[in-house]
Amino acid sequence: MNESIGLIIMGAGALLMVFAGIGLLRMPDFLLRLAATSKSSSLGIALIAVGTALFFWDDGVTLRMAAIVLFVFLTAPVASHMIGRAGYRSGTPLWHGTTIDEMGRDETGKGIRG
Amino acid sequence: MNNLQYIPLVLLAIVAVAFGLSFIRFMLGPSRADRVIALDTLTIVAIGAALTAGVWTRSVFLLDIGLLLALLAFVSTVAFAYYQERRNDR
Repeated sequence: MNESIGLIIMGAGALLMVFAGIGLLRMPDFLLRLAATSKSSSLGIALIAVGTALFFWDDGVTLRMAAIVLFVFLTAPVASHMIGRAGYRSGTPLWHGTTIDEMGRDETGKGIRG
Repeated sequence: MNNLQYIPLVLLAIVAVAFGLSFIRFMLGPSRADRVIALDTLTIVAIGAALTAGVWTRSVFLLDIGLLLALLAFVSTVAFAYYQERRNDR
């Protein structure tokens, strides 16, 4: 019984990973790609880990899956924030449909992105 | 129990589709930030593939690879972000 529930939850996680891949491939800008992939891949790995823990139904496996989920949820926002800031500040071009770019200029009207 | 035997293989195929989509973006990403994002996604998808393969073969040892990749993904992404911010080209 718990094997079936675990496999269903793992299927939801695998579909979320496919959505992350589609977002990574289809979005026009690196910030949009970052926003599309970081959240859905984190939730996908959490669902796959929960499904694996339900599938094995073992204390050691559950502890390892909890460690994976905790570590990914702690580090994935930090990592995506760092790569987003680094990519923005090094002047990676934004999408042409971007309407507001509040870091693009300081109060003298001069751009800081070079 | 026997009819659940091939479902992890189907899940592994779905995860492989996600890996392929991310790998296409990794190969043709125009800037270096795109490639780093694609590499981060590839590592997380690889964790999912390791867990799914562990479920398929019913071996606990493949789950440790997932834990190791989870530790490695953060370090590689932060290292590439520092490198990107020190170099001032794209």
